[in-house]
Amino acid sequence: MSETVKKPKGKKAQEQDIAVPVLGPIGMLRWAWTQLTSMRTALLLLLLLAVAAVPGSLFPQRPANPAVVTQYIKNNPVTGPWLDRFQLFDVYASYWFSAIYLLLFISLIGCIIPRVRAHYKALRTAPPRTPRRISRLPQYGTLVIPAAQGATASSALEDAAAVLRKRHYRVETRDAGGERPHLGAETGYVREVGNLVFHSSLVGVLVSVALGGLFGYSGQRTIVEGETFVNTLVGYDQFSPGTNFQSAWLSPYSVTLDKFEVRYDRESVKQFGQPIDFTAHVTTKDGPDAAPKDQILKVNDPLEIGGTGLYLVGNGYAPVITVRDGNGNVALQGPVPSIPTDGVYTSTMVVKVPDAKPDQLGFVGFFLPSAQLNEQGVAFSADPDPLRPQLNLNSYYGDLGLDSGAPQNVYNLDVKNLKQLNGRDLPAKGIVLDAGQTYKLPEGKGSITFDGLKRFIAVDVRHNPGQVPALVFALVAVAGLVTSLYVGRRRAWVRTGTADDGRVMVEYGLLARGEDHGLAKETAKIRQALQEGWGLDSGPVDPPGAAGAAADNGKNAAGPDSGAARNGKESS
Amino acid sequence: MTPLNQTLGQYSELFMLLAAGTYTVALIAFAWDLAKSSATLKAIDARAARQQQESRQLVGAGAPVAASQASAAGGTITADPSMRYAKERRVPARVAVALTILAALIHGAAVITRGVAAGRVPWGNMYEFLTTGAWLVAVVFLLVLLRRDLRFLGTFVVALVIIMLVAASVAFWTPVGHLVPALQSYWLVIHVSIAVLSSALFTLTFAMSALQLVQSRREAKLAAGGEDKLTFMRLVPTALSLENLSYRINTIAFVGWTFTLMFGAIWAEKAWGRFWGWDTKEVWTFVIWVVYAGYLHARATRGWTGTRAAWLSIVGYLCVVFNFTIVNQFFNGLHSYSGL
Repeated sequence: MSETVKKPKGKKAQEQDIAVPVLGPIGMLRWAWTQLTSMRTALLLLLLLAVAAVPGSLFPQRPANPAVVTQYIKNNPVTGPWLDRFQLFDVYASYWFSAIYLLLFISLIGCIIPRVRAHYKALRTAPPRTPRRISRLPQYGTLVIPAAQGATASSALEDAAAVLRKRHYRVETRDAGGERPHLGAETGYVREVGNLVFHSSLVGVLVSVALGGLFGYSGQRTIVEGETFVNTLVGYDQFSPGTNFQSAWLSPYSVTLDKFEVRYDRESVKQFGQPIDFTAHVTTKDGPDAAPKDQILKVNDPLEIGGTGLYLVGNGYAPVITVRDGNGNVALQGPVPSIPTDGVYTSTMVVKVPDAKPDQLGFVGFFLPSAQLNEQGVAFSADPDPLRPQLNLNSYYGDLGLDSGAPQNVYNLDVKNLKQLNGRDLPAKGIVLDAGQTYKLPEGKGSITFDGLKRFIAVDVRHNPGQVPALVFALVAVAGLVTSLYVGRRRAWVRTGTADDGRVMVEYGLLARGEDHGLAKETAKIRQALQEGWGLDSGPVDPPGAAGAAADNGKNAAGPDSGAARNGKESS
Repeated sequence: MTPLNQTLGQYSELFMLLAAGTYTVALIAFAWDLAKSSATLKAIDARAARQQQESRQLVGAGAPVAASQASAAGGTITADPSMRYAKERRVPARVAVALTILAALIHGAAVITRGVAAGRVPWGNMYEFLTTGAWLVAVVFLLVLLRRDLRFLGTFVVALVIIMLVAASVAFWTPVGHLVPALQSYWLVIHVSIAVLSSALFTLTFAMSALQLVQSRREAKLAAGGEDKLTFMRLVPTALSLENLSYRINTIAFVGWTFTLMFGAIWAEKAWGRFWGWDTKEVWTFVIWVVYAGYLHARATRGWTGTRAAWLSIVGYLCVVFNFTIVNQFFNGLHSYSGL
């Protein structure tokens, strides 16, 4: 961390026109580098990062919710595209957000490297020279050893050195044989180590996250009770590979959902019907030939299988339906997952029957687990449990457009090219089916039967090789942070001398580097250890409270400015 | 799952109400203390004058200089910068602290009965987070009082506690209930408890930073020869010592917030399969972390200490409040269930 190069400005610059050194391209680069790695720039980048992260919480984000973004742009035709142009719907992958954090990390690295070098040097050099006037230090005191003890200046210094060494100071005595021997000592080198470890670990966390983006993958799948998911690319409903993903990495395990149990709160009044337990009973096989295992999958309790984590992220009802076509043949039979839209599982349903002949059939509507009619005669669900499961559907016939090859959302029926058969506004009205009932479609187009009900679960499958390194780096970072905040980097000096009457005079002083509120206490402890060693009274000296207060005071008065000046060169 | 105990839940709410009432009386006592401070200050001035006289008698010629210095110092600041207890008896302040202790005891009973009634930790929704958080603010404040004379902060802190309790009861009230599956994890105990504790510490430093700004303006004005309009601020230590103490508390809170972030990430991995996904709540937790990191760095940057650092601390706390209120209620995200 270096101070900024002062650039003459305004009038002064003009006056000193000739004196301004010409900066060549290398000079400019060096100047830019100095600017970038300066403490002030780092601080500004840090604050900028905080501000830049905010819009990502204000606008819908594509990675989390692409459908909401599309809807947002549709609703705001003027501002939407502009926001999109500035990447406000994908803030955390945007150029500007990346620019800020990359600059911050470059600044950080540019700060760490010289500091590592400097600290390495500091570790190998002796504690600094003894100041001429120790009394000027923020912590200062004197002791007198009576002549009767027979101590000498050098023996007293040796005692002081021993006390400091015991307190983990690195000590160097000087002029040991001289008239006024003295020593310099320093401790708390680990403070700077902690600081450097903290900042380096942040780089480590970033690298780990990048690692996950390169070599990880994730996928989603809904599994209806009785269905089996096999971990191959075709087994997924949706799959997002990392940049370097290879499909050979997928280990072919399988997961069968045997039963999914849900419990609702039936005790409290305000939260009546709120889910309190989701339990999926599954049978897993590590490979095609492996032995099956019974396991339980819950929220907050993922399955670890085949190097991936399998997470329970959603659930809903899948009504079992049979559709017969106009020719009387079964065109579709099985469970169709519906998407819950609220706490009572009012679910939207789409059924596409491309195999129906002569016309393809499509159904859109609701599934209600506990259907009731309100005053207007509109059906709604009163409870999330399937007390009276019911289907409310509209039907269509025509070309579903599935043969054209264009990808379609399974949960969305495009009715543009279809003719409607059933609906609230049509003479045939909407289809209302309770469990076990069958409805014959108008115009002899076929029939639909609501056979029964199953539940399904939505699972996320994820593999992230950056996860463990990120955790390790984060833990190391915290350890470094705590060390750098709470270990004091302190310097101590002691000077002794023998008076004419044989008494030995000892003066000592301490100085902290960086913020250190424990310096006064440390000084008091050293003083006490010295007194005990020399058998001195701790009586008449200033009471620790007052000394501490005065010292705090003194330190504070001198502190922040001088401290800041020093710190400016020390911290990143 | 243990069954709910609604009766005990109602007792808990009664205790909350009692605690809020007691805090209110304590607040009045703290305010009374500030108002009465002029009398206290007179006593201190009188003692200082007496000491000067004594020293004048003793030292003679040297005294006038010292006396003028002392009165100059006494005119701006009376409180000890080390924030240790002075000799003067401040009866209203003692009453206020005693009442705060009583209120905190009742409040503690309310928090614990709430937890017992629900059969789990009492921080499963916003009502519980606020009431438990307010309790921690009071407890941390009282604990600091054991070591330092921060009674000048009492009005501020107790007022914040009352605001939190009122907000909890009026805006976020929720009867005793079970947790949704997403919250059924031991990480709720770890992650949220550290978040509440850090927030409580940030609340204290917010109060101190705000006072620091007032005090430093007053100091500058007095140094320029202005009139002292905020005499009660003489009970408050110097801006510098406020800054130093709030820095110390902020370092602890920052480490706590780092753990909040980390444990949140670990829990997110367990629940949703990814440790970081820029969910709105994650974004704001990150923003708060970065702002306080900026604060720590500002303390080590020339030109950014003092007032600017205090502003950063205040902005950080405003982010904490925003994160809790606005983000929880109005922003869609994976944390939305933790609400009402």
